[in-house]
Amino acid sequence: MSIRVENLCKAYDGAPVLEGVTFTAEPGRITCLMAPSGFGKTTLLRILLGLEKADSGAVTALADCRWSAVFQEDRLLPQLSAEGNLRFALGTAYDERDAAVLLARLGLGDVGEKRVRDYSGGMKRRLALARALLAPCDALVLDEPFTGLDEENRAAAWQCIREKAGGKPVILVTHDPADATGEDCCLIRL
Amino acid sequence: MKQRPDNNQIRVWAVVFWLLVWQGGSMAHSAAYPHGHLLLASPVAALTRLAELAVTASFWRTVASSACHIFGGFLLSCALGVVLAAAAARWRVLRELLSPLVAVVKAVPVVSFIILALVWLRAETLPLVIAALMVFPPVYLNVLAGIESADRQLLEMARVFRVPFSRRLRGIYLPAVLPHFRSAASLGLGLCWKSGVAAEVIGLPALSIGEALYNAKVYFLTPDLFAWTAVIVAVSVGFEKLFLAAVAAVERRVNA
Repeated sequence: MSIRVENLCKAYDGAPVLEGVTFTAEPGRITCLMAPSGFGKTTLLRILLGLEKADSGAVTALADCRWSAVFQEDRLLPQLSAEGNLRFALGTAYDERDAAVLLARLGLGDVGEKRVRDYSGGMKRRLALARALLAPCDALVLDEPFTGLDEENRAAAWQCIREKAGGKPVILVTHDPADATGEDCCLIRL
Repeated sequence: MKQRPDNNQIRVWAVVFWLLVWQGGSMAHSAAYPHGHLLLASPVAALTRLAELAVTASFWRTVASSACHIFGGFLLSCALGVVLAAAAARWRVLRELLSPLVAVVKAVPVVSFIILALVWLRAETLPLVIAALMVFPPVYLNVLAGIESADRQLLEMARVFRVPFSRRLRGIYLPAVLPHFRSAASLGLGLCWKSGVAAEVIGLPALSIGEALYNAKVYFLTPDLFAWTAVIVAVSVGFEKLFLAAVAAVERRVNA
């Protein structure tokens, strides 16, 4: 299933944020969206996730496309542990072994029962990514998922995204053109 | 980390000081007037009277009857306040409909409600209704504020991941609402006892603390007045501690 975004427009108080955005996110490929700050990348993702409505244009996807996402903010429940956060979002789809393997690969193997409010910024980002990758979905939206990650964790995160998202369309917002250099990536400048 | 001392904490020495002032005042009255001890009973006399009352079955029946009515009113109001706050957060029209009602209950003196309710209700149900009425505004308004303080970004996240309402309730709404509910319950527990006993004093239901207070006034039994007042304070504080401990236990469970 590919996701076709066609001539999407959105304005706030008369000020246009998105103007005729058109692209296609193909399954098995990572569509990297790049634009300077304030050019509506996050607005575009919010429209894709169904959190906002576009003024005009269309998004063609499965009728009941199930999205998974890393938001611009981590959006984790601070009072819960990593497991608590994953169980909250995944419900019955939570698999203890899968989660343990992915958390370990993202460098969160030893967090135990520590609550998210005590995590560093990078740890929260990696947990938010783990949640998005473990959730059952048809397509993924990743809004700057590497913020606050060092080179080692960034490489591990890339590898996990490629493995876990295999075969699904991935739309990834980034400020770094180097992120779009992989063979499976396609760069779209807004 | 060194904790700052709580400036509002009640110190034993301060309590002893005021008890001594009370005792001294009572002794001065007794010395100055022939029946001075009737005007201001001493703390010793009040304590002695309390000990005499505490060994009678009617004392415990009176305390239990008042506690059931007043605490029942509190619980009823909590349930109603939570349900209506949840509905008002969902439907704006209900919120607008309830708004003047809540403002009226907050502004009108409790005694006006007591007298009005006495026209319509039996004396036995009066303390329950009045306690419920006084507790409703803080519970409703605080729970509503708590629901509205729930993190919008987390709610959006839950929507994207299709988290069912039961899990959203436990993970997002309850942690947001419980601190507000705790404040409202603490305030409401004090209010319900003050208003509930006032209703009993005016309505005079049989076997109630209010009736005992009224009798103490009619027969000039100041030791009884102080003894029953001490009972009201003790029962009110006891209920507050118990209820807030239960809320804290729920909070711990939600945050586990």
